[in-house]
Amino acid sequence: MLIAENILLALNSIMSNKMRAFLTMLGIIIGIGSVISILTVGNSLTLTIEDNMQSMGSKDVYVAVTPKNSNGKAESAIDGVKYPESEASRKDMADSDYITGDMIKDMSDKFKEQIYAVNVSEQVGAGTAAYGSKDTNISVTGVSAGYFLTNSVEIKGGRMIGASDFSNVRNVCLVEQSLVDDLFDGKVDNALGREVEFDIEDAKTTTFTIVGVYERVENPGMGSMSSMMELFSGGSKVYIPLKAGKQMTGSKDLYSTFRVSTTVGVDTEQFANELTNYFKPYYSGNPNFQVQAITFEGMLSSLTSIIDTVTLGISIIAGIALLVGGIGVMNIMLVSVTERTREIGTRKALGARNSSIRIQFLIEAMIICLIGGIIGLILGLIGGSLLSALLGYPATPSIPGVIFSLLFSMGIGLAFGYFPADKAAKMNPIDALRYE
Amino acid sequence: MGEIIRLENIVKSFYIGQPNELEILHGINMSVNEGEFVSIVGPSGSGKSTLMNLIGVLDRPTRGSYYLDGIDVEKAKDDELSDIRNRKIGFVFQTYNLIAKTNAIKNVELPMLYAGVSGSERRKKAERLMEMVEMSDRCKHLPEELSGGQKQRVAIARAMANDPAIILADEPTGALDSKTGRLVMDLFHKLNEEQGKTIVLITHSRELSEETDRILSLKDGNIVSEDIRRDRN
Repeated sequence: MLIAENILLALNSIMSNKMRAFLTMLGIIIGIGSVISILTVGNSLTLTIEDNMQSMGSKDVYVAVTPKNSNGKAESAIDGVKYPESEASRKDMADSDYITGDMIKDMSDKFKEQIYAVNVSEQVGAGTAAYGSKDTNISVTGVSAGYFLTNSVEIKGGRMIGASDFSNVRNVCLVEQSLVDDLFDGKVDNALGREVEFDIEDAKTTTFTIVGVYERVENPGMGSMSSMMELFSGGSKVYIPLKAGKQMTGSKDLYSTFRVSTTVGVDTEQFANELTNYFKPYYSGNPNFQVQAITFEGMLSSLTSIIDTVTLGISIIAGIALLVGGIGVMNIMLVSVTERTREIGTRKALGARNSSIRIQFLIEAMIICLIGGIIGLILGLIGGSLLSALLGYPATPSIPGVIFSLLFSMGIGLAFGYFPADKAAKMNPIDALRYE
Repeated sequence: MGEIIRLENIVKSFYIGQPNELEILHGINMSVNEGEFVSIVGPSGSGKSTLMNLIGVLDRPTRGSYYLDGIDVEKAKDDELSDIRNRKIGFVFQTYNLIAKTNAIKNVELPMLYAGVSGSERRKKAERLMEMVEMSDRCKHLPEELSGGQKQRVAIARAMANDPAIILADEPTGALDSKTGRLVMDLFHKLNEEQGKTIVLITHSRELSEETDRILSLKDGNIVSEDIRRDRN
């Protein structure tokens, strides 16, 4: 008997009991749906991060003060990716635990050959910018001269913050287009050269001159992580010279993290080790903290591996849902086999071999699971795309995930359909014919 | 005319080796010739159904040998028994046993499906058979949309699907009123006379059995009498 005939037979049987078939599929739908959505999100996340690794400085080395007791894992405290243990201990940092501006300067001098730019940035805070009667929300970041060498910002008008601005600690700023929209009706020319008053929480209210306007380059992945934070703080992102920021907040010339871009041809892994070793003497007497340097690549691979672990974890949970779904399928198939005992007896009397009966019920179970799998797949792709969009990543469905989940759902049909199908196949035709 | 069914000393026991072992058939000897219309009669509990299951190779005898169309059934494996049922025997049941949710013509096609006949050939043959039982206009009807007599006619068409050596009818009119029962019996006579089909009719009705060529009476697991009504030789 042909497979096609069996598929028609199975569809016929499913269609004649739609509600039951749907309820049976539900477990599979939920299982496959959650696997696919989580794989889509995980895949989107990984891909955007990998994309960023190429576009952003994969040659960068991150230097950070990390607690000595947190297993010495430097990556756990770098650039916004903070974990509870290190965050808690960072609060306990004393002035002497920080990297000083002088230490950074000495380091730059020592590794002149390898260093292309040192990039220090620090959140000054969130607040408002006022011009005339208008004001708008801003978040201010103080950056070092090296910042713009490694972070691409697209200038729409005016200029970058220049070297003399940094060295003379001028109160100049580079503002985002959205600030111009709010304060200057979107006219870049009107904004340039204007003095705007920045009122930042816990900081001295200071007047800054706008020297340039930039357009935020939508940089998903790592970028959107910080842009998400800005979403919470609200407002346009404004860059000012690092030291001008220090003057506003009155804080000392101390830093917990900074970034180093290497010159071409430098082995970043090795250079990161050299930097770690370079800072060791400063911290040899410090019982709580140390300085660690790690490459961007190393950081990314640990990030992707975190994503992979989370994906795997959720997939296992979804796998349990699938298992429960499979048991549901088995249950219904057993009911179906019992209900159709007479039919099975008749088919055997008409010449169906045991194998034909087995295949008939197996295919029915597989079709139920496959249809459930397809519905789950569609829902999962929609769900995963929505979730990715919500997180600000372009949705990229995982093709192996799609193929795997379809095969897997058929596999569930095969595994959980076999026992009922075998029961049907082994029925004694006489008993089956006499079944009431 | 050759023998198509031959049973030699058939014994059938149930619960073998258990304290309640029960011998239903005590050494049946019988044969049916090609083209014959034979009836097996007997009260309930006489072993009719057991004998029918054996003739229809739905079950195997405990002892004795059975030759169907020259095949030694005893030596056949399970799959071979399926094939024998498929090609050599056409079953007609008291309760019709059409497959639910499957239309009439698909029911007729079913034995051909198991025989591996191609789709178009199946359909052609099934249409011809539906025409023979005068059910051409009901091909697409589901069993639940048919009356008892119509269902039984579809079942007879289905029994004929693979041109079986014998038609084995178990109380085919048992669930029908006398008028439709008459139509079904006429159909059997037509198949027997026009197409020379061998028919074994199992019934408890004396009246119906008297229409057949030969009556075998079964009582307490033995054939107690043979009544030849019409000698075809």
